[in-house]
Amino acid sequence: MATSTTDSIMKEIQLRAPQARVWKALSDAQEFGAWFGMKLEGAFVPGQPVFGRITFPGYEHIRLEMKVESMVPETLFSYRWHPYPMDLARDYAQEPMTLVEFRLKAVDGGTLLKVVETGFDRLPADRRDEAFRMNEGGWKQQMLQIERYVAS
Amino acid sequence: MSQADALSIARLKDAAPLFSALGDATRLALLVSLCSAGPLTVTHLSGRFAVSRQAITKHLEVLAEARLVSSVRRGRERVWAFEPGRVEDARQYLERLSREWDVALGRLKAFVEA
Repeated sequence: MATSTTDSIMKEIQLRAPQARVWKALSDAQEFGAWFGMKLEGAFVPGQPVFGRITFPGYEHIRLEMKVESMVPETLFSYRWHPYPMDLARDYAQEPMTLVEFRLKAVDGGTLLKVVETGFDRLPADRRDEAFRMNEGGWKQQMLQIERYVAS
Repeated sequence: MSQADALSIARLKDAAPLFSALGDATRLALLVSLCSAGPLTVTHLSGRFAVSRQAITKHLEVLAEARLVSSVRRGRERVWAFEPGRVEDARQYLERLSREWDVALGRLKAFVEA
């Protein structure tokens, strides 16, 4: 079946770090939280949910759930989540989740990382609006973090 | 937030029904037909698709609800036309989410390369 262009986001990035290092940054919940900007309660275990809180100032009240799907050492890490669950009054548990897959491959000088997030077409229509609205704020915040990082 | 940003958000806030409308192979193909051939009637469109006229009309109505197509009555039939502005909205929406990932991956890069 053809996948519509509005259903997924695909990313590719080359990292100057060994595959084992990248794998740890993804598969270790504390490390994942450190670069992603959230505090996770517990470890990543396939088939199990992990809850966390966003650590960006102003977003600390946001609770996120990651449902780990696959962990193939140094190769594949995947989980499902509700992208940008910023509305505290909303019960996201009833809604479809998107699937995020990180695929690692050793290349000359480091690691090639591919990220695919799929399932946007199945999100409720009004949820997409919200995801967009909140994304705008989140994105701005992340830019500030990066600026701070490169400037220091 | 700049005024340009605010305008673009207002425009995108009602973009939601787009994604379900675009998530169907027949509807996408209908859209492509109207896009490449210009305004067409259901009679003309049904010659290009292996589905009934009723099915095509139904699909076009879904696309119209999402304001991806519009129609005008000409005699006994409606003429359907592609509305290019809406596809641009959908593209912009995913572009935002996509940038969110770029920034997150930028932080991952800094993290593992440190």
